[in-house]
Amino acid sequence: MPQGESTRDDGTTMSGAASLIRSLEAVGVDTVFGIPGGAILPAYDPMFDSQQIRHILVRHEQGAGHAAEGYALATGKVGVCMATSGPGATNLVTPIADAHMDSVPMVAVTGQVASGAIGTDAFQEADIRGITMPITKHNFLVTDPAEIPRTIAEAFHIAATGRPGPVLVDVAKDTMQATTTFRWPVELDLPGYRPVTRPHAKQVREAARLMASAKRPVLYVGGGVLRARAWDELRRLAELGGFPVVTTLTARGAFPDSHRQHLGMPGMHGSVAAVTALQKADLIVALGARFDDRVTGKLSSFAPGATVVHADIDPAEISKNRTADVPIVGDCKEVLGDLVPAVEAEFAAGTRADLTGWWRQLDQWRENFPLGYTPSEGGELAPQYVIERLGRLVGSDAVYVAGVGQHQMWASQFISYERPGTWLNSGGLGTMGFAVPAAMGAKAGRPDTTVWAIDGDGCFQMTNQELATCAIEGIPIKVAVINNESLGMVRQWQTLFYEGRYSNTDLDSRRIPDFAKLSEAYGCVGLRCDTAEDVDRTIEKAMAVDDRPVVVDFGVHRDAMVWPMVAAGTSNDEIQIARGMAPEWDRSDD
Amino acid sequence: MSKHTLSVLVENKPGVLARIAALFSRRGFNIDSLAVGPTEHPAVSRMTVVVHVEDQPLEQVTKQLNKLVNVLKIVELDSSQSVQRELLLLKVRTDNETRPHVLQTVELFRAKVVDVAADAVTIEATGSSDKLDALLKVLEPYGIRELVQSGVVAVGRGPRSITDRALRPVDRVA
Repeated sequence: MPQGESTRDDGTTMSGAASLIRSLEAVGVDTVFGIPGGAILPAYDPMFDSQQIRHILVRHEQGAGHAAEGYALATGKVGVCMATSGPGATNLVTPIADAHMDSVPMVAVTGQVASGAIGTDAFQEADIRGITMPITKHNFLVTDPAEIPRTIAEAFHIAATGRPGPVLVDVAKDTMQATTTFRWPVELDLPGYRPVTRPHAKQVREAARLMASAKRPVLYVGGGVLRARAWDELRRLAELGGFPVVTTLTARGAFPDSHRQHLGMPGMHGSVAAVTALQKADLIVALGARFDDRVTGKLSSFAPGATVVHADIDPAEISKNRTADVPIVGDCKEVLGDLVPAVEAEFAAGTRADLTGWWRQLDQWRENFPLGYTPSEGGELAPQYVIERLGRLVGSDAVYVAGVGQHQMWASQFISYERPGTWLNSGGLGTMGFAVPAAMGAKAGRPDTTVWAIDGDGCFQMTNQELATCAIEGIPIKVAVINNESLGMVRQWQTLFYEGRYSNTDLDSRRIPDFAKLSEAYGCVGLRCDTAEDVDRTIEKAMAVDDRPVVVDFGVHRDAMVWPMVAAGTSNDEIQIARGMAPEWDRSDD
Repeated sequence: MSKHTLSVLVENKPGVLARIAALFSRRGFNIDSLAVGPTEHPAVSRMTVVVHVEDQPLEQVTKQLNKLVNVLKIVELDSSQSVQRELLLLKVRTDNETRPHVLQTVELFRAKVVDVAADAVTIEATGSSDKLDALLKVLEPYGIRELVQSGVVAVGRGPRSITDRALRPVDRVA
């Protein structure tokens, strides 16, 4: 955290609210997403004068929370959102839960009713500390103005270190109105918080020994590698041993998609090569990953022959779902940094398994079962084509932000991610409506980078009011709405598992609302595209706009489905490459 | 399922009990008993939690507990290596005929009578869960009118303290 002489203060008398803003400045905050209201009003007064903090006035607190997440994911810094008590605070619950699931560093500051009124069911009172206990890494209620600077310092420290996560600071209104003395720096008082970052040398050696001798190893890379900013070390390790790599939904971009050793994404909609490599592996090296059910499928049949090395900064993740043979608690950057020389030493000592056969097998799966899609029977626009073209034309320097559903899976599958921090989405919680506000946050944090939200028509209607924020605040994001007029992923499950009974998944969103017109009404450029011939031209048109947000409504074929698929609760061995079609394994695969 | 006794040292701060109780419930564990109180250090409270779980889920819940920022230390106390006690207060129905028998039982169990009324006595007893169960079994036939029991509190045997190391100050500046 930036901490210069300029932030030093030996004691200045000011209000609690001013102390709060000074503290936020002192920990280096430059952007806050929020909406004022009664209980948080005192904080908004000194913030009005802040030279350092840009406050972005959102249209709904959920937007503030996801924007803070987008900002954090795109910049690596702690994202900050602010809301008032009661409904303001409860509207932050979804993004806080989202940040908790995906380990996004975030601090939410909420106003609370005056300390004397707490517990009286006062106007706009909600026990937000109690409500967010299970979905924050930690939270605070501040009722003593002298505690404000230290609490803010602790909140940012907890959010950013160890396994990152959301921290909520609830400040009573009278605490902000009271007079206090601001002092900085402050001493942290967190005797129970000591994240372990240095891995145990013995465990690293044991892991290296297994990696050097495994015949069918796979590096199973999770979002922790991105949080630890360990992509260089990962690449060094992967190339050192020629190990195959799979990157989970939250780790896309941690290892270049174009790299020969990358097999793609594992899991429910992962590539056949990635899913099968894990199933057949004799060694899985899990790095900052948590054996989520969407990755493992039916847990008892996941990778039956694999020895597991599991490295994670959170000891509670190790052996939570799959028992680890070699547990390594530590920061992925340090773990990977230590594994490189340890594997080198094994190689130097003459232990090195021949991976030629394994690679021949992997290449065969890759070749026989590449990602693909079939055009629609009626010739309607294929959603996968739109996303594929978008990725090609926009390139790998841009940031892509997805909502949740079919479009998210296609965006993960059909865009090539070459750099860390270029793919943001809601993984663990699966929050529809994530894309637009998160894209706004990403663009606010990285204004020189092109940011594309790839959204579904269902998701888009949950949070699109932030287009107003984007237009007014000068945050020119671009949005591709993959409009299949339905809750596509739910519809896909109805097709597959409910005999095509489409109960309440039809949104009719080519008719109402008109997204292009809606976007124009929000001060954005609104475009529409319905045919394959128009796709490139429309994307180029959108790319040419840089003074306003752009929304493109791509009308796509609604029966397109996401493949491959491992149905929920089934084994990864039962992966299907299309409806009713299991891969035909060749003979060498036993 | 086996019984485990956890001693949890926590910062004496508002909301800590709620955090711990909620964590057990959301991870699907039933708490058999929970006792909380101050320690020799004013900034530290100690909770004794008794749970019935298998070893592996216990390890998971211990790790999850350790992640709570206000939790300083968790120690599982083996029943053979620790002293475990709970307190029982109960009102037993008595009349002139049964009172002597009840008092005799009280004496046998080294319990105490803390209040007497015409048709009842109130008894205070401390001990292990087994001892208190046995006492209850003997008194049950007389008629138990009211019963209240504390959670188990436990301390490891021997000279060592679990609080020392947990309280080492950590020097950190924002």
